[in-house]
Amino acid sequence: MSFESFSEFIAMGGHGFYVWLSYAIALIVIVINIVNPARQKKKIVSDLVRRLRRENKSS
Amino acid sequence: MSEKKNWMPRWFYQLASPRWSYDIMGKLLPGFTVAALLFLVVGTVWALAFAPSDYQQGNSFRIIYIHVPSAVLAQSCYMMMAIAGAIGLIWKMKVADMVAKSCAPIGATMALLALATGAIWGKPTWGSWWVWDARLTSMLILLFLYLGVIALYSAIENEAMAAKSAAVLALVGLVNIPIIKYSVDWWNTLHQPATFKLTERPAMATEMWLPLLVMVIGFYCFFAVSLMMRTRNEILVRERRASWVKELVGKQ
Amino acid sequence: MEKIVTNEQSGSEGSSVSGLFGAVLKRDLMLAYRKKSDLFNPLIFFLMVATLFPLGVSPEPEFLAEIAPGVVWVAALLATLLSMDGLFKSDFEDGTLEQTLLSPQPLFVVVLAKVLAHWMMSGLPLALLAPLLAVMLFLPAEGMSGLMLSLLLGTPTLSLVGAIGAALTVGLRKGGVLISLLVLPLYIPVLIFGTSAVQAAVTGLPLAGFFALLGAILALGLVLAPLAIGAALRISVSG
Repeated sequence: MSFESFSEFIAMGGHGFYVWLSYAIALIVIVINIVNPARQKKKIVSDLVRRLRRENKSS
Repeated sequence: MSEKKNWMPRWFYQLASPRWSYDIMGKLLPGFTVAALLFLVVGTVWALAFAPSDYQQGNSFRIIYIHVPSAVLAQSCYMMMAIAGAIGLIWKMKVADMVAKSCAPIGATMALLALATGAIWGKPTWGSWWVWDARLTSMLILLFLYLGVIALYSAIENEAMAAKSAAVLALVGLVNIPIIKYSVDWWNTLHQPATFKLTERPAMATEMWLPLLVMVIGFYCFFAVSLMMRTRNEILVRERRASWVKELVGKQ
Repeated sequence: MEKIVTNEQSGSEGSSVSGLFGAVLKRDLMLAYRKKSDLFNPLIFFLMVATLFPLGVSPEPEFLAEIAPGVVWVAALLATLLSMDGLFKSDFEDGTLEQTLLSPQPLFVVVLAKVLAHWMMSGLPLALLAPLLAVMLFLPAEGMSGLMLSLLLGTPTLSLVGAIGAALTVGLRKGGVLISLLVLPLYIPVLIFGTSAVQAAVTGLPLAGFFALLGAILALGLVLAPLAIGAALRISVSG
């Protein structure tokens, strides 16, 4: 452990804002890169299901 | 054709089948997700709380654990995109085209992340958000190359044609990257008085680079997860008329 | 080997390649000559962009002299880019391009000739016009030779790389902006070494190194770019 207390850990020796901002942006970027394809997949599958139903009805 | 020697492993041919690739990626996904989560969480905690602070930069040095992995990933992602594109061009392998297309947005966001963290790191170290440092400038140009490839993908409606065009562009970019890097490095030394370099340090202590290694592995695992998810989506879209996709969707 | 039936004219290989090169070059130059606006528009654009800088930044001679190499180079780069869009466009629209791709002639040679013709209509006049701009921007006289030589060595590379972008976007309706997006990042090394050559010439430093670098990039471009252009044209035309 390189910090004595929790408040010191948050402050990061005066650079807290920069460090936490970087990690927050990284978290957002990673989450977007996972959530985006997951949502895309949902949409693709529901589109395909709708298509399939339409085709089954018409045939 | 038994006389012809098969110099490619079996899985390489199997990769050409979208269905097989879709299934194998589905099987690999959970493992990589767990690995990515594990490495990223362990790496982040280690980097933030346990790694020693730098004697010159203090705790702002901890940004390196995001900056370097994202920069490394942005570069290797471009290489992967170009190589996958080349495989798609040469062997007419559809799955390779889809992998190349899926690489582009991930690489672009990684380049963006590397730039953002570089700028944030620059503020406490150099006193300004942006410095025309050679590495940052090269990363910015890499982002431009990604954006060009993405723009080309979205401009061409025909999927197969877009994939081929983007592959050619990615390959041209790949040839150019070393030249760009050299020229920017050279330009930087000409214009910049010797400044404090962001990531160049004489030998990093073990307790410093070990968490970095963990983070790099974590980022690669995350890349694999995101890439496979995107590629599977792409397979579903491109193979929407295939019977196996209809069966798969029908089950749900 | 069996004789393959082609519509190739009989004749020795060597002379037919150089003949082909000459024929394509002559045709493109003649077409450009007949359509003079295409020839002059990039030059006028070049002049106008360079005029904007004193108006937008400052008319002080010392300041202008300092930024002159960069301004002239950036303006030349943009002017080349502007003319790039039309390189394969008319050939694509009237079907000539498709015929060229179907013909047994080596595409490498045809493409190289077309790019050379384009350079003679854009890069060469730009390099010749550059001293005028340099005088307007108070570039010291020592830098003049460096400017012209660096432009003469650098603009062919710009044409070659730009042609890749033009070939990739030839089938698209809105190709103009896209070409800039694709090609501008690839222009950066030429820009860096070109302006550095001019700056070195102004300060009296040796120039040979920069010209060697620009020449090396040009040589690499001459060998590799036509391959990429050819592949891109095939994709754009036949999918």
